[in-house]
Amino acid sequence: MTNRTLASTREAAGKAILDLAREGRDIIAVSADTSKSMFTTLLLDEFPERFIDTGIAEQNMMMVAAGAAATGKIAFAASYSVFTSMRCCEQLRTFVAYPKLNVNVLAGIGGFSAGIEGPTHVATEDLGIMRCIAGMTVLSPADAEATKRAVHAAVDIEGPVYIRVGRDSSPVLFDDSYPFTVGLPNLLREGNDVTLVASGIILSEVIAAADLLAEDGVGCDVIDLHTVKPVLHPEVILDSARKTGVVVTVEDHNVIGGSGTVVAEILAGHGEFILRRLGLDNTFGETGTPEELTRKYGLDALSIKATVRNLIDKT
Amino acid sequence: MNADSEKLRITADDIRRTTFNAINHAGGGHYGGSLSISEILACLYFGVMNVDPENPDDPDRDRFVLSKGHAGPALYTTLALRGYFPVEDLKQIDKPLSNFPKHVDRLKLKGIEVSTGPLGQGFSISCGMAIGLQKFGRPGRIYALLGDGELNSGQVWETVMTAAKYRLGNLVAIVDRNGCQIDGETDDVMPLEPLAPKFAAFGWGVQEIDGHDVAAILEALRQAQSITAEPQVIIARTVKGRGVSFMEGRYEWHSGQVSEEQARQASAELGAV
Repeated sequence: MTNRTLASTREAAGKAILDLAREGRDIIAVSADTSKSMFTTLLLDEFPERFIDTGIAEQNMMMVAAGAAATGKIAFAASYSVFTSMRCCEQLRTFVAYPKLNVNVLAGIGGFSAGIEGPTHVATEDLGIMRCIAGMTVLSPADAEATKRAVHAAVDIEGPVYIRVGRDSSPVLFDDSYPFTVGLPNLLREGNDVTLVASGIILSEVIAAADLLAEDGVGCDVIDLHTVKPVLHPEVILDSARKTGVVVTVEDHNVIGGSGTVVAEILAGHGEFILRRLGLDNTFGETGTPEELTRKYGLDALSIKATVRNLIDKT
Repeated sequence: MNADSEKLRITADDIRRTTFNAINHAGGGHYGGSLSISEILACLYFGVMNVDPENPDDPDRDRFVLSKGHAGPALYTTLALRGYFPVEDLKQIDKPLSNFPKHVDRLKLKGIEVSTGPLGQGFSISCGMAIGLQKFGRPGRIYALLGDGELNSGQVWETVMTAAKYRLGNLVAIVDRNGCQIDGETDDVMPLEPLAPKFAAFGWGVQEIDGHDVAAILEALRQAQSITAEPQVIIARTVKGRGVSFMEGRYEWHSGQVSEEQARQASAELGAV
């Protein structure tokens, strides 16, 4: 399943939107001077009437998307995750989610993928903020194939969908056999000693950590939490936790509100487990490449392995 | 005044009186900005808009967006008089768990196109609706009613630019220029003038009219309909709290509650039902 090829998830999202338009879906995409960076130029080039650019005005972008959706269009709003989750937060909550409009948000350069832009551009709160909004579906696909599947799924979900995508090319983890059902976590591999859960691009580090641990004879369940909300099948995580007793979550996000919180909510009240949440511990990010930041916050494969060994050796 | 205008004037009076009673029944509310828009609503819903209460989801209908969502009682009243639901239902305004919240809600009632309330938003949505219709050859027009205080919001001007860029000739904005907002007169809180040249400079067609003169409103709306190359704004000079002498022009009546004595006086001034 794993190989070393790379692909950009934001480019995959742009291609998926174009595919949907070619399939005859009634798409309209709205950009905030972000068409090149979010690859909605692909739609613009082939279906110019289906593309709108509001300029550097993200709140207006979101509401224009809402208005188009109110006339029956399948709307996409595509900008950077710091803006789509925070500058447009009220717009999404009150004027998109509450009235259940079909607005699909492409949240670009998410998490550490934005690292070289500096902390102002690294959204490490977005998934938590979006998760708090009633009716919001929150997807965090791990690679280009998963992103494509997420975009295709989003258009048929009632109400808004927030899809976090990356910046530069990231490891290709899946091919077209990848199973993607909204709300169903994917158990990617099985082991008896520890449960590893991650969503988004950082999943590649978790898979690599599982490989390293396997060499040490430590068996890992690896769970791909592509749907951060709603988790319609929590039993995938619960059954695994009951089997291993030790759960480690990994996220390029504040540990408050993201996938670590999701797992904690699922486990709460269901027994005794060891849960370790790896991520940003109530702090902002820093400037650096995704690889550098991943190491800095202990989310690279070697660090995850060390954390797991430490937990297992204590139990 | 011709027969059309006279009929609309009577309808506007009916909207105003019924709106006042509905707010009273709710125990108070946004009197000022609800009473300033009676003629505008009468001319839209009983004059120019292509809407049908029997077919409220017609994809080719015109759409009205109350960007100043706090004037909900005025829109509810207009929709009731237009036949969307019984006038009796207006007694449900603000009642617990009712379909008539203070700020209008598209999930609750047919005829409400957009849920609004927080200001500066409905206009942006109107722009998106106009795009969704115009770029795909649909005939419906979008009429967005804004409060003048709402123009303080930067997002309104983002929308003004976007609508001009896409030459949204199917978008008509109407500004309820009553000169008052919560904290005071608009000139004191955040000066807006010269307002008409501002819109014109952004590429909009602009008309300024007396917002209580139904003949002038009708003419302005028909003029706006005849232009398809650019978005149109009608700056309607109105009086906050119109029709109730102790409310007229007073920003303090943005919202409030009348005493029994004031209610009797207002009812007398608005004409008994």
